[in-house]
Amino acid sequence: MSVPTPAGAAIPAVTTNVVAASYALRAEGLRKQYGATIAVDGISFGVRAGEIVGLLGPNGAGKTTTINMVLGVLQPSAGHISIEGIDLARHRSQALSHTNFAAVYAALPGNLTVYQNLRFFSLLYDVAAGATRIEQLLSEFDLQRLRNARSGVLSSGEQTRLALAKALLNNPRLLLLDEPTASLDPSAAALIRSRIRAMATRSGCGILWTSHNMYEVEETCDRVLFLSRGRILLEGDPKTLPHAHGAATLEELFIRLAREPLATEAPGTRAPGTGAPAQQRDPAAGGR
Amino acid sequence: MKLRPIAAIALRQLYLMRSSPTRVLPMVAWVAVDIILWGFISRYLNSVTSSGINFIASLLGAVLFWDFFTRVMQGVTMAFFEDVWTRNFINVFATPLLISEYLTGLVLTGVTTSLVGLIVMLLLATWLFGLPFFSLGLLLLPLLLVLFLFGIGLGVLASAMVLRLGPASEWLVWPIPALLSPFVGVFYPLSTLPPWMRAVGHALPPSYVFENMRSAVAGHGYSGSGLAIGVALALLDILLAAWVFGRIYRYAVRSGLLARYSAESVS
Ligand SMILES: Nc1ncnc2c1ncn2[C@@H]1O[C@H](COP(=O)(O)OP(=O)(O)OP(=O)(O)O)[C@@H](O)[C@H]1O
Ligand SMILES: [Mg+2]
Repeated sequence: MSVPTPAGAAIPAVTTNVVAASYALRAEGLRKQYGATIAVDGISFGVRAGEIVGLLGPNGAGKTTTINMVLGVLQPSAGHISIEGIDLARHRSQALSHTNFAAVYAALPGNLTVYQNLRFFSLLYDVAAGATRIEQLLSEFDLQRLRNARSGVLSSGEQTRLALAKALLNNPRLLLLDEPTASLDPSAAALIRSRIRAMATRSGCGILWTSHNMYEVEETCDRVLFLSRGRILLEGDPKTLPHAHGAATLEELFIRLAREPLATEAPGTRAPGTGAPAQQRDPAAGGR
Repeated sequence: MKLRPIAAIALRQLYLMRSSPTRVLPMVAWVAVDIILWGFISRYLNSVTSSGINFIASLLGAVLFWDFFTRVMQGVTMAFFEDVWTRNFINVFATPLLISEYLTGLVLTGVTTSLVGLIVMLLLATWLFGLPFFSLGLLLLPLLLVLFLFGIGLGVLASAMVLRLGPASEWLVWPIPALLSPFVGVFYPLSTLPPWMRAVGHALPPSYVFENMRSAVAGHGYSGSGLAIGVALALLDILLAAWVFGRIYRYAVRSGLLARYSAESVS
């Protein structure tokens, strides 16, 4: 993008923060409290364009809560979210036009057909060439055969494919996937993973992905955040992280962290920047 | 406001109605039953009384107006209930959709479905009972407008209530019109009521519709200022309802109610 000057020469358009712009998602000091329960406890992290970040953690760690806050359906008790550099709290509609999501607990209306659901959501996302995009996605996710079937009668794997097709309707810059492969058979899951990988690479879409399948996380994610009791305990490359922490596999590391979160938490949060542990402290965050 | 998101809400209702007779039937069946029942009651009253009142015009006409109002209100709430029944709030409100677009979509749906009901009622009442509906002439426009606006306001308010209190509170919505009808004088002049009920009636826009309709049918003309008050009150109700909906929506986002709607009373 460029802005023509009166002299006719072009200068680069003003971008408020070059580093921030390359982030699909930035969350700073994100916190959610329900009465005495602290679901998410002041976490900061980012997802870069084209990056797949795994959000791991035991049941109740705060993963879904985090995703709901990014989706704008849950207001944080504190903290700040920006999507594609757009402040979610202040420019909700604009920020959300760059996102989409698929989640096991948010099934699409079962009384609409596959096609009708995609049409409905393409209009809600204000997609201009909706009809073309829908046909593309129906083919891509092998749903042409099911286009006139009610979504409620689909098998859970087929519903997952529909949910993913819906999630790509608006060519999101940030994709939030809450256990997207939970009900897929191994071959379908592998196919979906490779598709999502390809999409991140091709379109530069940033992806935040939760999964309880450590093999999948290792294979797909560029980086993982390990969440426990609302805090980020560890962060790093899923391929090297286990060895750096004396575990043979990611699964072993997961089990250890899930069972003894506090032992790891104490040194981690106090020594940020010393390697693997703790909240992500991004250099760009300090510049604001 | 954008057009596509608004159209989405209305289009969904069209999809559902196309494939589901159980959604279309109530739109026409209940109003048809009402017209037929009250048509015969009116005809009977005309034959046994010599009061000079044309009960077809005053009583059956009133039923038609009242049913139109309830259809508008229910058209709005029905569209909203779709998201309640399918637990669809996360999917819908995680899109760039604005609340104003959502409400406009609900209203558009309410308008369309209530017009279908109105046409059915008019056909039946005119053909079977000779209701001189159009003899009211241009007065019909403000009368229908007030009912229409109030139906929208109440529909939005009822939706807000269900959003706040959870899916089970749907049962509180259906009786609302019946609860209001004694106060607004659908079948009798407000002067019949005790003072406190009359005061409540004057605060409700439909009372101006029925007072003016009766007066016009009896050949006494209508009150322009009364109608203006009715329209103004109804507009005020819409603004109030939209404001309440917005507040409750923000509460639902803050409290976690929207994200976990099935939990009902997250506080
Ligand atoms: N509306 C709410 N009111 C009270 N507590 C809540 C609410 N929503 C979530 N919680 C609590 O917040 C915590 C985090 O829940 P969350 O759903 O984010 O976990 P999760 O990491 O997604 O777990 P899972 O792997 O089981 O999906 C849980 O202890 C949950 O009970
Ligand atoms: Mg979860």
